[in-house]
Amino acid sequence: MSSDTVTFTTAPACSIGALYIHTKPITPDVYGNTKARRARELRPRRNYLLNEDVEKQRRSLLQRNPEVESSVADVEASSDLLQNLREKMPEFMPRPDILSRDRILEKLERQDMYRRREVINIPEFFVGSIMAVTVADKSAPGKQRRFVGICIYREGQGLSANFILRNVIDGQGVEIRFELYNPTLLKIETLKLEKRLDDQLMYLRDAPQEYSTVPFDFEPVPLPKGAAVPLNPLKVKLNRRPWHERWERMNLKGVEDLGLPERFYKRAQELAKPWERFDLMKQYRSTIDDDEAQTVMKEVYAKTKNIQSLRRQQRTQKQKEK
Amino acid sequence: MAGSVWRSWYVQKVLARQSFSTTQCLQELRKLARVRVVDNSALGRAAVAIGKPARIIHVYNKREVGYLGDKVLLAIKGQKKHAYIVGLKQKQKPNIPRFDSNNVVLVEENGTPVGTRLTAPIPSVLRNKEGDFTKILSLATRFV
Repeated sequence: MSSDTVTFTTAPACSIGALYIHTKPITPDVYGNTKARRARELRPRRNYLLNEDVEKQRRSLLQRNPEVESSVADVEASSDLLQNLREKMPEFMPRPDILSRDRILEKLERQDMYRRREVINIPEFFVGSIMAVTVADKSAPGKQRRFVGICIYREGQGLSANFILRNVIDGQGVEIRFELYNPTLLKIETLKLEKRLDDQLMYLRDAPQEYSTVPFDFEPVPLPKGAAVPLNPLKVKLNRRPWHERWERMNLKGVEDLGLPERFYKRAQELAKPWERFDLMKQYRSTIDDDEAQTVMKEVYAKTKNIQSLRRQQRTQKQKEK
Repeated sequence: MAGSVWRSWYVQKVLARQSFSTTQCLQELRKLARVRVVDNSALGRAAVAIGKPARIIHVYNKREVGYLGDKVLLAIKGQKKHAYIVGLKQKQKPNIPRFDSNNVVLVEENGTPVGTRLTAPIPSVLRNKEGDFTKILSLATRFV
């Protein structure tokens, strides 16, 4: 039997399972399923196997790297520290979508990210922090261009992790999206490390310009070592409607009273989904489970420690040369 | 007469069912899109003063949607004027700035800018692009 003709094996026609005897190739059935479609469904899906299964099958050095494995196994890090690391570097967490997960891809991407972090210092930052990014620009006078702004958005996992900086220049609101691991970035600085009341500050587009104005010569505000990241409890007074989005439906915390007529809030309440907090299945689908997160974060912890020591060595070497 | 009857029926239908979409639009610069003139030309300021912003009446490319560095024809204060797009509200690629308004700079037929000064920052990518806007870039004082 050739491999491309899919036939079911013979079974007694009288069985309750009703497996019909087919001697010729399957034609479209009552449901319109063609041969090709059935074959497609029988084919294994993308790689969303367990880590151990993948390791068993793979023979390359990349998968079974004894050095990395031993270093990860020996890592002694408290769960608090790992959780802290997870908040600091959310882009290392795998994408939670089950169907599009590919563990080999994730691993490769993480390796590239470590390699990039050896070259460039990617500081800790959050939405609401004031940052400066220097980009290589072949047409600029010094071959580089610097942009300062407030971080209003951060998203993405792996190499595609990115963030948006916003500023007002000559009375004109300007936003630039930067990719964290883009090789054209020369320098990333956090000038003022702080958090805001919301996960994203896209509403600054609909706020007066003074809320998103940062001078380009903004001096870095140092934070004492070991201090917690300060929370800025600033409440923004939005402009009058029309807005980019219906902010009254977003359950924002960092916004003053919106001053809308009663019907807007009524409608927002109608459309709210307060039960989603209790939807365990939804939570499960949209997050990575803790065990796996811990193994990933242990690897990140070990690797970043190595990178730090490597950078320290480089610094001392440079000082010696001087 | 028949037209107005049909229109009123259609408006009623739309209002009754609310079948129109209220999602955010693509912010594409097509024909009849309103733009902001960001040079110090008298024409641009006068258009703002009378409250009738310039409108695009033609885009000089095949797609008929204006992107960064494209040439457009504007209807401004009853005149036809050429202009270059120097800033977009639309979502942009990484490292390319997105502005809060759609900005254009007026030029004459021969490509010389009408104004003598630009009032908004200019995206640096325009310097790498091929186009006839070197005279505009020489006016610019601030690149982002």
